[in-house]
Amino acid sequence: MDLEAILGTALRSAVGPQAAVYALLAIGLNVHYGYTGLLNFGQVGFMLVGAYGLGISVATWGLSLWAGIVVGLIAGVLLALLLGAPTLRLRADYFAITTIAVAEVLRLVFRSSPATPITGGPFGLQSIANEFYALNPLTRGIRLGPFTYSVNVSWSLIVTWALVLLATILVTLLVRSPWGRVLRSIREDEDAARALGKNVFSYKMQSLVLGGVLGSVGGIMFAIAGSTVNADAFRPQITFFAYAILILGGAATRIGPIVGAIIFWFLFSGVQGLVRDAQGADLLPGVLSGANAVGASALILMGTALVLLVVFRPQGIFGDLRELKLDA
Amino acid sequence: MSARARASALSVTFLVGLLLALAAPAFAETAAPVLLAQEDDADADEDADADADAAEGEAAADPSVLFGTFRNADGPVEGVQLSIADSSGQAVGEATSGPNGQWEFEVPEPGDYAVTVEALPEGVELRDPEASTVEVTVGEGRRAVPIPLGEGAAVSGKVALFFQQILSGIRFGLIIAMTAVGLSLIFGTTGLINFAHGEIVIIGAVATWFANAAGLHLVFAAVLGVIAAALSGGILDRGVFRPLTRRGVGLFQLLVVTIGLSLVMRFIILIVFGGRAQPYSQYAVQQRISLGPFQTTPRDLVVIAIATVVLIAVATAIQRSRFGKAMRAVADNRDLAESSGIDVERVVSVVWIAGGALAGLGGILYATLFRVTYDFGFQPMLLLMFAGIILGGLGTAYGAMVGSLVVGLVTELSVVYFPNELKTAWALGVLVIVLLVRPQGLLGRRERIG
Amino acid sequence: MPETTPHAMDTLDKRPGVAKPDPILVIDGVQRRFGGLKAVDVDHLEIQRGVITALIGPNGAGKTTFFNLLTGFDTPDEGRWIFEGDELGGVPSHKVARKGMVRTFQLTKALSRLTVMDNMLLGATGQRGERFLPALFRPGWSKQEEANRVRAEELLGRFKLLDKKDDYAGELSGGQRKLLEMARALMVQPSLVMLDEPMAGVNPALVQSLLEHVTALRNEGMSVIFVEHDMDVVMGISDWVVVLAEGQVIAEGRPADIMSDRAVIDAYLGRSHDEPETDTSTPAPDGPDRTEE
Repeated sequence: MDLEAILGTALRSAVGPQAAVYALLAIGLNVHYGYTGLLNFGQVGFMLVGAYGLGISVATWGLSLWAGIVVGLIAGVLLALLLGAPTLRLRADYFAITTIAVAEVLRLVFRSSPATPITGGPFGLQSIANEFYALNPLTRGIRLGPFTYSVNVSWSLIVTWALVLLATILVTLLVRSPWGRVLRSIREDEDAARALGKNVFSYKMQSLVLGGVLGSVGGIMFAIAGSTVNADAFRPQITFFAYAILILGGAATRIGPIVGAIIFWFLFSGVQGLVRDAQGADLLPGVLSGANAVGASALILMGTALVLLVVFRPQGIFGDLRELKLDA
Repeated sequence: MSARARASALSVTFLVGLLLALAAPAFAETAAPVLLAQEDDADADEDADADADAAEGEAAADPSVLFGTFRNADGPVEGVQLSIADSSGQAVGEATSGPNGQWEFEVPEPGDYAVTVEALPEGVELRDPEASTVEVTVGEGRRAVPIPLGEGAAVSGKVALFFQQILSGIRFGLIIAMTAVGLSLIFGTTGLINFAHGEIVIIGAVATWFANAAGLHLVFAAVLGVIAAALSGGILDRGVFRPLTRRGVGLFQLLVVTIGLSLVMRFIILIVFGGRAQPYSQYAVQQRISLGPFQTTPRDLVVIAIATVVLIAVATAIQRSRFGKAMRAVADNRDLAESSGIDVERVVSVVWIAGGALAGLGGILYATLFRVTYDFGFQPMLLLMFAGIILGGLGTAYGAMVGSLVVGLVTELSVVYFPNELKTAWALGVLVIVLLVRPQGLLGRRERIG
Repeated sequence: MPETTPHAMDTLDKRPGVAKPDPILVIDGVQRRFGGLKAVDVDHLEIQRGVITALIGPNGAGKTTFFNLLTGFDTPDEGRWIFEGDELGGVPSHKVARKGMVRTFQLTKALSRLTVMDNMLLGATGQRGERFLPALFRPGWSKQEEANRVRAEELLGRFKLLDKKDDYAGELSGGQRKLLEMARALMVQPSLVMLDEPMAGVNPALVQSLLEHVTALRNEGMSVIFVEHDMDVVMGISDWVVVLAEGQVIAEGRPADIMSDRAVIDAYLGRSHDEPETDTSTPAPDGPDRTEE
């Protein structure tokens, strides 16, 4: 077993473009869940429409990268409006159920064969980020310990993390303003906010749009990083990963999503590496020897971590314990 | 009262077992299984999860070949058109089955491929219309790609198809209803939406498969499966949610817990059961029989009969028994029920156990019609349960039943006019419309809205 | 000036639905049914401006439901009500609050994970920084925020919460939360304050100070409606009392009159079934009170 290599791989994915994409998803979710108390279980849907907005614009309609990005962002706004309009006035359960269902329906529709002329159906869309990589000013890849990221990965890595930083600043500015105060009051008790003259529906909608668009930005960068979009990448568990990240790092904290994403990917990739190596060295019982066991055991670990964290340390690693001990 | 409560749960389980025993002949008298080639294939990990970026490719010496055979009850099927794509979705070629139903295709290199059925001859259908794409991993050498077809003698024409789908819709709706009743009642009595309910469905189906594969007849295996599902409902209640509620963990956190648990359970099942779709061994292709405009099989009728009887039994129990009344009182107003001497925790326990048993039975019936996989619990089952209970009115048992029937019919009837792959989407479209127009659902009360 | 308004009430009739000289709120035919039960069925009621009106009645009389209806937190099956000349039926709760009709809740809704100061600042109306884009540019709203902060500190000082301003609201005692909720409502600068059981669950030592705060609101020219169980509290500070039983206004009048009203006593102690309720509520015009002035 090569622990050094496993650690290296884990570290590599902890700071890679994928972790940054998940940080963006989690920042959006933080606006929803952390600050407004909206239980959005369909964040992956926002990611999907962002990615396909770009992919369809570029690969199907032949538009430029920039037009594609704008389409992806608008798609995020539209999805938020469509999701929010029927559900944000209803109880939280309805919202939770609708978000999870709509996100999955989007995946089914986008991957279906009748949609193939537009979305590529089960095959997805390819070569959608050529323009992005043509803009790459780097001449050498970034070196990290024993690893060197390729020139293109380095470029998408820099841009995605820069967007993470921007999103963090944007959200910080907003949640520290009176606007953010209204969101937090809705999280605590929406009737109290109403009794003080706040239009709760409107603020929930604004929060849904903001966090959703951040998810779409994540989707756009995800599509760019892989240069492809494929509907099967947008499985429901991605939303749950984003929750795990958020709760790991601490909901309603500024850097929680970033720290959470880094830790999450370090563990996720580390566990997979360990299981794979252990399989190779014949250290595992038969039941864990299949190829499924590698991905599945990492998912089981993450699910367990999500449960334990939300029960025993809901404030996350950096959350303020004093704040969370108070009964809402 | 508590003893009665426990007795109720036991009797539901017992009743279910009895029904399955009565149904045994229908499964046993079937013709020799037409198990569509390729099931003997050894290296089976076709469904390595998409999240784990598994890009392992070794250099190939032998050519990598995908192959398969299309058969249905009428014999080999010629003229099934397939397309093959690589893991990045790039199309690599096409194939068509020959007169003996066989096809093969040599892929450029070992790796992950997706084989999609592009066109079927007139009157032929897929057994699982949603599984028109099969993902396989091929190493060096030949790799079989199982794509099971429907039983053959398919109906032709929209009108005939319409009648056919009404029957399928009722069948499917009843199965959804069985699984959804528990979900709705758990919500009604505890306020919790159990996102892991789909996994209880799977536990029922998978436990049955293991018992069945170990040589037990499907009917007895199914009894074990129902018990396993009831137990897992009970364990979730006693082992997880009751202690957490006592600790004062909030509802928001509990929802996240159910989601985390559903992931853990789903992927433990993947490890234990594997990624392949597996049939029950008494599963077999049956001759269709005609009932007026409907064509059906004995197996379908048995499924419908079991589901109907169980649902009527459940409805009667809720309406008539003392336990049913206590349960409705808890759902109505928990505090009031508690102060009038009802043991709320016991009621909740029984709801979890009986809801688990029903979910498990629903899973077994579903898997009898289609096949057992580790992941049908979420999509379509949980999503359709959600559609059903919101359509009928969150938290009520009858609402869940009526709503689920509607969802089953919408799902299956959409197939008459729209592509198969989108049938779940139609059901969920109905859900969104209901939320817009009548958020309390068909049978719900207005006060249930926030 | 503030002293004269209460006296204006002295000359009024004591029958339910009596017209007031200067009503701030006029309610007509408001009904709310739950299933077959009429939880609220108010034929006509006027609330006088600038006085403290107590809304009393036995448990389940529909007081809180009535509050919910008037403030847009629940929708009546029938009826209309006019506040300061505006028809408010069907107006959503946040707009009701912006029009100057602000309520508190029976179960205190302190926003636990917000600081006391944030609770207060939330109450301020017309904040530029509460709009999405302007929120991003602090200079655009920091001056207004500062002004609100000064006002909040002044109010917190009055309610003896100033030294708690940086604590989380969830860390306050029950009585302090009630005070905070009242102070927060004042940040909205309401013309009518509706307090739902402001004394419920409050440490007796704090009751007196709460009462003084309520009286002070009136003395500053605000109108107050409050729901209360405790008759002593009601008699001590209210200028007018409205009695609700089974959703209907069965009596209204000055505190002293209400104390001696048969209908009220029946409603609280249980109505005798041989007498129809309307008969008991009407014959209450006892002469001496009327001629007092």
